[in-house]
Amino acid sequence: MSTTIMPDRRPILSHPSLWIGLGATLMFALLALVSLVWTPYPIAEIDIARRFLAPSAEHWLGTDNLGRDMASLIMAGTLTSFLVAALAVAIGAGIGVPLGLAAAAWGGPLEWLVLRLTDFIFAFPAIIVAILITSLFGPGATNAIIAIGIFNIPVFARVARGGALSIKTLDFVAAARLAGLSNAGIAYRHLLPNIMSLIIVQGTIQLSLGILAEAGLSYVGLGTQPPATSLGLMLRDAQGIFLIHPWLTLVPGVCIVLIVIALNLAGDGLRDAIDPRLKAVGAPNVAA
Amino acid sequence: MGKTLTGFGLILALTTALIAPAYAAGTEVRIGVALEPPVLDPTAGAAEAIDIVVYQNIFEGLTRIDPTGSVQPGLARDWSISEDGLTFTFNLHPDVTFHDGSSFDAEDVKFTFDRILGPDSVNAHKEFYEVIEAITVIDPLTVAFKLTRPSGQFLFNLGRGDAVIVAPESADNNVTDPIGTGPFSFVQWDKGSRVVLEQYGPYWGEPVALTKATYVFISDTATMTNALLAGDIDGTNNFAAEALAVFENDPRFKVLVGTTEGETLLATNNRKPPFDDLRVRQAMAHALDRKAIIDGATYGYGTPIGSHFAPHNPYYVDLTNTYPFDIEKAKALLAEAGFPDGFKATLKLPPVAYARLSGQIIASQFAKVGIELELINVEFAQWLEDVYTNKDFDLTIISHVEPFDIGNYANPDYYFGYDNPEFQSLIETLNATTDDAKRKSLAIQAQEILARDAVNGYLFELAQTGVWNAKLAGMWQNSPIEGLVLRDIHWTE
Repeated sequence: MSTTIMPDRRPILSHPSLWIGLGATLMFALLALVSLVWTPYPIAEIDIARRFLAPSAEHWLGTDNLGRDMASLIMAGTLTSFLVAALAVAIGAGIGVPLGLAAAAWGGPLEWLVLRLTDFIFAFPAIIVAILITSLFGPGATNAIIAIGIFNIPVFARVARGGALSIKTLDFVAAARLAGLSNAGIAYRHLLPNIMSLIIVQGTIQLSLGILAEAGLSYVGLGTQPPATSLGLMLRDAQGIFLIHPWLTLVPGVCIVLIVIALNLAGDGLRDAIDPRLKAVGAPNVAA
Repeated sequence: MGKTLTGFGLILALTTALIAPAYAAGTEVRIGVALEPPVLDPTAGAAEAIDIVVYQNIFEGLTRIDPTGSVQPGLARDWSISEDGLTFTFNLHPDVTFHDGSSFDAEDVKFTFDRILGPDSVNAHKEFYEVIEAITVIDPLTVAFKLTRPSGQFLFNLGRGDAVIVAPESADNNVTDPIGTGPFSFVQWDKGSRVVLEQYGPYWGEPVALTKATYVFISDTATMTNALLAGDIDGTNNFAAEALAVFENDPRFKVLVGTTEGETLLATNNRKPPFDDLRVRQAMAHALDRKAIIDGATYGYGTPIGSHFAPHNPYYVDLTNTYPFDIEKAKALLAEAGFPDGFKATLKLPPVAYARLSGQIIASQFAKVGIELELINVEFAQWLEDVYTNKDFDLTIISHVEPFDIGNYANPDYYFGYDNPEFQSLIETLNATTDDAKRKSLAIQAQEILARDAVNGYLFELAQTGVWNAKLAGMWQNSPIEGLVLRDIHWTE
């Protein structure tokens, strides 16, 4: 059984940004998931004769330079963006949180090592890591996931360590230690549950950063490759004809902005709603 | 947190600032080109990008190809041909110097061709010059070529970038520090960025108007567009057709639409299964909808081709209907070849707009007959290495811009891997024939064999769509040979 510090829960309605953010995020996520089973048109279907159509009842967002349906592309592209960002968050949290907890629980040389390691990874922006990985394994969505995932590791490690350190000094942890629980046991049974909300909040923020990073990587040609699509790739495809057909860049661009705003609102709202107390202790402001 | 990154993608897309061109007046020109040359020695590589920078600018040959594609005197003032057509005697221009100050004479000519034909030659088109049996230096300004058989193409071949005259003192360094006899000398090459040339004062020929020319390497269409609009470059010889509309009605620019010698191919690795099976290649040919490719990738600027030959050449024959677009036929042929469900293959795409766009369109067309293509975007140096040199590819898309280059198919070691003895002997006969009517009928036969064998997917003849500052004149509208000749370019005010 773990001990959890009960936060001072304010009525959830007092966080409108949370609802707006979560609602918009869910809407985009739903749109993305629907693309798994249905899109208005197949996204790889190229029909030159119907390119550059304006939005209409048939093509809600018009068609692109190869006659593909923009609405279908946006749906599939959003899915790619979410998927890449979510898997990257999973990688970052899966490796970063245990590292951070271990650093907090053991302290000493291990803590030093974890901190220096995260400093080291921090020194390489996602784009540099991505260039390194793609030059070794070639461009692609998988490699974008790995690159963004690596970029996420230090973020989660620091949040986990910071949160855990503030709990580690509390009495119930001392009690557990006196009861003979090992460092690993304390980390798992007492520290982890208490920093979970922090991790979730950070996960939301990293999700939005991951979507931006995926867009950026695809934009420079290191991420998703055609015939698959992502919002960043759509931007890249359309940028050469931006002055003639600005719509084709605006649609994916605005989508990226909206998704990121939604996720940031949701993240801020979650932080306020779930855990004002931990916030007061000073969650490290680490996401670059 | 993350706020500074919000809209990162959109901002990138919106960086197309409209700044009035700052006209660089006077005698300097900055030209944007899509591909950076791997080296600067035109006798040591097949890439057109090399000739774009150096051909007739830094280096010159005995003859020179003019904007109409005819042969003009170059370093050779004139020449005479013996009765039997086997001996060409060239009189060289006096007072010609290389950019390092050394003088040009008949020994340099002999050295150049000995180097092309030598065992260590890295020339991309040795075969054009194998007809040469012996070169005799008669006096410093006279040189005689003895051929093994008459050759109707010999004078043209001497005018190619592959046969520019180099000096024994500098030839080995030409890859990075080119020294020729042309009107421009090499100043510097900032790799990944630009090459700078400047006028060579003691040039032997007619003086040129420009004092300095900078080639700027920009492979991205949006960047090129912005560079043109902002006046960072004064023009480009071949701009991506998709964005040409930006400049068409802008009085500050002129758009020059012309022809090139570029047969754009879905180049196929004929030595590799399943592409070694004629039925598979025929199926691919039936699966290609040329009209959609030309509209989608070149915005209608390409001309359909059915074999490896330029439509504006008098020897051309229209073979576009050899394997007309027919999905059912394609499926039937695939089934017959043992691929009823199609197969998977890779398609490597160099960083040029026509290839990247055609690639997506072809992948979609092939998907309809069950051929699943994985698109792999590669940088140009990597393309040259993987595809052209190491033949490590299934399919690729590239334009072959050399004039009259159907003979490449007679080389079984060429990256297509096409080995057909019938075709090889036909090309041998063609090369040895000087009678125009006979040459034409042989060239037509050669085109027909390639079309029938569906060696490559024959897509379209690349158009030249140059965008230039309206005040610049003297650019070539057509591109009858690989190159971007600066000789006549000048500012009109």
